[in-house]
Amino acid sequence: MIDKIAASAEAALADVKDGATILVGGFGGSGVPEELIDALIAQGARDLTIVNNNAGNGEVGIAALLKAGRVRKIVCSYPRQVDSHHFQALYRARKVELELVPQGTLSERMRAAGAGIGAFYTPTGYGTDLAKGKETRMIGRRGHVLEYPIRGDVALVKAERGDRWGNLVYRKSARNFGPTMAMAAACTIAQVYDVVPLGALDPESIVTPGIFVTRVVKVPRAQRKAA
Amino acid sequence: MSYAKLSRDQIAQRIARDIPDGAYVNLGIGMPTLVANHLPKDREIILHSENGILGMGPAPAKGAEDWDVINAGKEPVTLLTGGAYFHHTDSFAMMRGGRLDIAVLGAFQVSVSGDLANWHTGEKGAIPAVGGAMDLAVGAKNVWVMMEHLTKTGESKIVPKCTYPLTGLGVVKRIYTDLAVIDLTPRGLVARDLVSGLAFDELQRLSGVTLLPADKKAA
Repeated sequence: MIDKIAASAEAALADVKDGATILVGGFGGSGVPEELIDALIAQGARDLTIVNNNAGNGEVGIAALLKAGRVRKIVCSYPRQVDSHHFQALYRARKVELELVPQGTLSERMRAAGAGIGAFYTPTGYGTDLAKGKETRMIGRRGHVLEYPIRGDVALVKAERGDRWGNLVYRKSARNFGPTMAMAAACTIAQVYDVVPLGALDPESIVTPGIFVTRVVKVPRAQRKAA
Repeated sequence: MSYAKLSRDQIAQRIARDIPDGAYVNLGIGMPTLVANHLPKDREIILHSENGILGMGPAPAKGAEDWDVINAGKEPVTLLTGGAYFHHTDSFAMMRGGRLDIAVLGAFQVSVSGDLANWHTGEKGAIPAVGGAMDLAVGAKNVWVMMEHLTKTGESKIVPKCTYPLTGLGVVKRIYTDLAVIDLTPRGLVARDLVSGLAFDELQRLSGVTLLPADKKAA
């Protein structure tokens, strides 16, 4: 019998190792697996590489992980936000490394990891500072940049509902990076508000099929708050 | 002769007027989001948000915000009837795969060859952030720039060669400023719709790059 439901976030994250690359879902404040990040902070793994669109907001989630000094490197597209002060302070003090990636390239590099692609050429970023040092090629008279996959040791994603096979559905634009990150990591941990019996999710509407999911953790539905 | 610069809302109105019925459009964060307030009611124009929304509607009423329905600027928005949610890779396939008819983007500078600089000032100590700007720049069928014609210190933002870090090479097709609309064409930069009272020669003097007057009959 397959049962991917973990007893707790702590149990789901127990085997995360120091130095791991962790893909973390979310865009701004939407779709952020906050309870899993809290459990990661409590778990104590350090020297982490965090892949996310942003670099933490306010005092919670990735911002709290940064503040706790667990992050060696951030791979993201948009670290400059009004409330990303923890990242900014660490970056200015050279205590965290930044790899800045165009957002679509960030997403596609993870998709490539999930799909077994060795590398791909994209016109995004060609001729810009973000292509410096990268291989380029003219394809159809257009400049392209060679980009390599981003593979996670762990992905932390937030979904709305899941079942014991790991099938997931999301809520509105909180879906954002979840499905792609779920594909791109060796171990994908999803937090959900509802665990439902097999068959309760409409098979036509399952967004992430369970094959991409390692563990599912039920978390209490918190009062939704501003990003 | 004296002339008045357009307000940001007036530039947004001009842009909205030029977006055809049925267009799929992405409005960049900052000034371009104003365009959404001026879209003609008699046209179906579908707004795309990079975080996975097609058919993005206006901001919700106060108290009715759903923080799982936000735009690229992380502000709450709504979904129109017929709208759809999808994940990031699909969203960026729309952008990078050439499905968007128009992207309206802000800019620090645009060069005569259509190079766009809009993501980073390059200042020492500034934290770089690119988001989806480079994806939109190369992926949208038409990149329209919305910006003030001059910097705060009076220098032209249309330049022979960008001095700010580039977002994309040769991607801009049209520039809407507070002084005129400028099309980047194979024969050069064609200025039209100059604000009332602004003579072409004065616009040319301010711009610092060679402009061509539009055929009035064609405009």
